[in-house]
Amino acid sequence: MTDWLLFAPVLLPVLVAGLSLTVWRKPDAQRLLGLGVLTAMLVDAVVLLVLTDRRGPLAFDVGGWPAPAGISLVIDRLSALLLTVALAVTLAVLFFAVGQGNTEGGDPVHAPFHPSYLLLTAGVCLAFLAGDLFNLFVAFELMLASSYVLINLDAGENRIRAGMTYVITSLLSSLLFLTAIGLVYAATGTVNLADLGNRMPGLPDGLQTVLSLLLLIVFGIKAAVVPLHFWLPDSYPTAPAPITAVLAALLTKVGLYAMVRTQTLLFPRTEPWMPLLIAAAVTLLVGTLGAIAQQDLNRLLSFVLVGHIGYMLFGLSLYSVTGLTGTILYAMHHIAVQAALFLIAGMVAGWGGSAKLPVLARAAPPPVILAILFLISALSLAGIPPLSGFVAKLILLQAGVEQGGAAAYVLLAAALLTSLLTLYAMAKVWRAVFAAGTERPPAVRRHGARTRLMVGAAGGTVLIGVLVAVAAEPVARVGERAAADLMEPDAYQEAVLQDRSGDLDDIGRTGERGHR
Amino acid sequence: MTTLDLTGAVVVGGLFAVGFHLLLQRSLMRLLFGFLVLGHATNLLVLLASGPPGKPPVLGEGQEAEAFADPLPQAMALTAIVITFGITTLLLALVYRSWYLLGHDQVRDDVEDRRLGEEREAQ
Repeated sequence: MTDWLLFAPVLLPVLVAGLSLTVWRKPDAQRLLGLGVLTAMLVDAVVLLVLTDRRGPLAFDVGGWPAPAGISLVIDRLSALLLTVALAVTLAVLFFAVGQGNTEGGDPVHAPFHPSYLLLTAGVCLAFLAGDLFNLFVAFELMLASSYVLINLDAGENRIRAGMTYVITSLLSSLLFLTAIGLVYAATGTVNLADLGNRMPGLPDGLQTVLSLLLLIVFGIKAAVVPLHFWLPDSYPTAPAPITAVLAALLTKVGLYAMVRTQTLLFPRTEPWMPLLIAAAVTLLVGTLGAIAQQDLNRLLSFVLVGHIGYMLFGLSLYSVTGLTGTILYAMHHIAVQAALFLIAGMVAGWGGSAKLPVLARAAPPPVILAILFLISALSLAGIPPLSGFVAKLILLQAGVEQGGAAAYVLLAAALLTSLLTLYAMAKVWRAVFAAGTERPPAVRRHGARTRLMVGAAGGTVLIGVLVAVAAEPVARVGERAAADLMEPDAYQEAVLQDRSGDLDDIGRTGERGHR
Repeated sequence: MTTLDLTGAVVVGGLFAVGFHLLLQRSLMRLLFGFLVLGHATNLLVLLASGPPGKPPVLGEGQEAEAFADPLPQAMALTAIVITFGITTLLLALVYRSWYLLGHDQVRDDVEDRRLGEEREAQ
């Protein structure tokens, strides 16, 4: 039973994507299929979260081939938490896309939206569940291939230029990932993450560092870690709002999740790791300073996104339970908040006719409800209590203080400064977009089921962030247990490597030949 | 540790060098070729990781596990080849669309770079 629960987030969307493609002439059927399957997956993810928190990590061998030779799907507290939040956000964003109406379908241009969106979700889920490096690569490819389609859908000049940058950068990182997999396999004879956790410590130190750095660079490109962030502010903002929201919120977090998973499981450390500490500090500052220099709403938000990746790196680079708890909570909060901000920006830009701040400053002000939603998200992002960003940041700061030492304090200072700069950037947006001005035309009242659906979806996304704050205590406790699991991965390894069938064992071993 | 297949290593290294060189060009077609060459380089690397050649890994009578070639990297390389193939087709379509819309197939400057350049010219 749990096997199927574990398999469903990957299997369901792929099957329904195929179904959705066959009914491409009927947009209503496509919408219903998309919303239905995502709701079912969300329920599944919640059940999985409860199960993993009670029973510990669950594993499933696809096709009955035992690990480490077979393909295993694993879920532990960390992946269950991220899976739940990610699916909640994808569902809300799909509602928004339906409301915005650029998923009308019925014509060959827009028909691929729903199938691609579902495949993207399948890729994201598979990335969270993948138990081996190669499967993780396949998950990334699934996710990226769908995102290439989504970002270039109905492409005009600007979009195709930005799309090319995005595609080429992502492809390069995929090839580097495959190179890393080849090298890891050559060195250890396995790609199973749990098995690698056992074998990696046996390798020479220099080789471990090389592999660790290579994987860090690969996932750093996906997660937009400075200096590997250059492609992000150039490509995401040109896509339609719901696509930007889901790509910005999820794809960077998947990269980050892969980074956390591989670095903690394969290359366990007990001390802060200096290169990552430096990358975190630089990411924090470069991202938010870049945001302040922008005059375009979407580009500004993209730079803020880059900056805030730094917070999650901060927690990881400390290699302590508190630090990782902070990273996990921050990732959950950031998925919701960043998606909400991009959705709101999409509506504002759609009504104002442009995403340029000076143009928006002269346009009719958006409705009050949107201003309230923006305010909640923006303040949460800046870390104002009692919102979700504050909870996550507080834990990160605690982790920094616990660690002590000059480097940790410098990073703390950078984190606090980034918080203030984020507030400044958000205030800049508020002044240009929402503040009342004498030169502005009166507000236009917007009606219609579409608008209500869009505002409702944005509100729902904000609500996910608020829920993280309201349920801060239980969420933080689960997060802490998840972080403790990461530091002590025995349960994870046992769940994957335990003997479930036994009879195929002889074949499973042949894969290890040729490496001694 | 088995000895390294020198020819294989040199070929992979050469392909990587050529691939990266092409990837740094301005023309989108060359970028595409760069991606293709890099894809081959990576697939070869994965195959090299499987160790020395051996018999086909099919279970039969009197076969020893030690004589088999390692099938896992072959499976991985196959998957990667399929993915590269699909993505190349998509890239070709994108290059064509770019040529169709923009009238050339050059990579344009970054938005920010262009803005800074224009500001400097204006001064």
